[in-house]
Amino acid sequence: MADVSIVGTLSPAAAPYFGWDLLRDVQELFRYAFMQHAFEAGTVVALTAGVIGYFVVLRGLSFAAHGLSHIGFAGATGAVLLGLPPIVGLLAFTMSAGAVMGALGQRLRGRDVTIGLVMAWSLGLGLLFTALYKGSASRAIGILFGQVFGITGQEVAVTAAAGVLTLLALVIAYRPLLFITLDEQVAEAKGVPVRGISIAFMVILAVAVSEAVQVVGVLLIFALIVAPAAIAERVTARPSHGIVVSAGLAVLFTWAGLTVAYYVPYPVGFFITTFAFGSYVVARLLSYLAARRTVRLRGWRAEQVRHSP
Amino acid sequence: MAGSASPSIVAEGLTAAYGDRLVWQDASFTVNRGEFVAVLGPNGGGKSTLFRLLLGLLSPAAGSLQVLGRRPHRGNPAIGYVPQRRDIDPDLSIRGRNFVHLGVDGNQWGVAIGRSVVDASQRVERAVEAVQAGAYADRPIGRLSGGEQQRLLLAQALAGEPEMLLLDEPLASLDLRNQNVIAELIASLAQANGFTVLLIAHDINPLLPIVDRVLYVAHGGLTIGKPEEVITTERLSRLYDAPIEVLQDSHGHMFVVGLEAESAHHDG
Repeated sequence: MADVSIVGTLSPAAAPYFGWDLLRDVQELFRYAFMQHAFEAGTVVALTAGVIGYFVVLRGLSFAAHGLSHIGFAGATGAVLLGLPPIVGLLAFTMSAGAVMGALGQRLRGRDVTIGLVMAWSLGLGLLFTALYKGSASRAIGILFGQVFGITGQEVAVTAAAGVLTLLALVIAYRPLLFITLDEQVAEAKGVPVRGISIAFMVILAVAVSEAVQVVGVLLIFALIVAPAAIAERVTARPSHGIVVSAGLAVLFTWAGLTVAYYVPYPVGFFITTFAFGSYVVARLLSYLAARRTVRLRGWRAEQVRHSP
Repeated sequence: MAGSASPSIVAEGLTAAYGDRLVWQDASFTVNRGEFVAVLGPNGGGKSTLFRLLLGLLSPAAGSLQVLGRRPHRGNPAIGYVPQRRDIDPDLSIRGRNFVHLGVDGNQWGVAIGRSVVDASQRVERAVEAVQAGAYADRPIGRLSGGEQQRLLLAQALAGEPEMLLLDEPLASLDLRNQNVIAELIASLAQANGFTVLLIAHDINPLLPIVDRVLYVAHGGLTIGKPEEVITTERLSRLYDAPIEVLQDSHGHMFVVGLEAESAHHDG
């Protein structure tokens, strides 16, 4: 087992191989069990985050999702204080908060002040729990920034199970969820249980957030849930394609982040968020340029029409 | 008019209320199959409330209501509903076609598989063609003009293969030319498919050539009748409790003077 420090940096014993031999690169990456576990858990988490993120962005709930993860921090540190695994507290806090947010439904939109205050208070609460715990602060830092290189085989299994359940729930709710997201009034008239699905979605999101915290932590989760979906929205206007692009990008960012962090002694959370942020900037730039080109083309065509007899 | 077929809507002594707040009361009227009815009246008078009753989203406080021979129930597949919209988010990155698709199977669980995928896309295609929106149905709906959006929302209602259309202010926020175009489109669709149409509007003028009857919802009550019976200086002035004048031009079209001021007053 390699030496794992608190914020997910690595210092492998020997200089690891890196070169043009792709097979050897992959073999090198999977040489250690902790790397295998990191890739397994990271992939599951990224897939889930990418898929649910598409709906989060479409429903305008990015900030609420972010708030959910901060509430999870209070839960996780509270669980540590009580001698329980952090994931128990994470799930308990995020799921109850998610249910409340879901019950508020569309009224949640534009509630930045309330969400922001609850977020800040949750961090404060987590800080108190950490101080009361008196143990090492590394548990708290692990929850804040993720500790994907410290994941055990058992935790991978739990993550995989949670991931499969999350994705299954989203598949079952897919059409009505899309309906209430895009056209709540008609969905209601068509007999879709708007409130029930809205609550269920936030509870599913709570599970996804709790899973993802293991990889990127409470503070960086935004990158995995929101960035891939926001890019996907710029690439395609078809929901089915958007979900695939979003999930694909989330997995790509995670793999790239894990790979770079294996070779370079800086935190994996930094690399994953950097890939996510960088791609988002590029996507915005490209769509801006594309829009300008269309406008210029339209102008040119209009000019042609004007000059034609 | 379809006098022999069973009526689409039968209301007897119908009263609408939200809790203790009475909206209108003791309304008795019948809408026949295939009839085109414009629903008019001041804001807050309870026009949309009538739709909520017909959709089964609100229970009558008193009286009885029958829609297509049954009591109103939520999720009635025979009703195509287009709610009133303010704006669709211009950044919403969803194709018009996907919006229409919701009308086919948006209320079913799971993801579509097998034959139903082909069936659904054929229904979407038919609906998009019916409103002549093929040219822009693949563009993000937020970027489309108000008239284009209204066509696609209408297509969404058509995709559910309804017998009755409930349209809440489909002509609002359209320019005059588009108001006429959309009104004529709705009328021709209704005629071709035998739809019963209830259409809420602020301005009766674009609808005068196409409506069978008008239903006024104002001051706690409902009044229904042919345009020339209801849209008169006396009856409208009484309904609105304000001086309103009805004029006629040389083509026989009726012009209601004073309503614009009323609606502007309410909107402000």
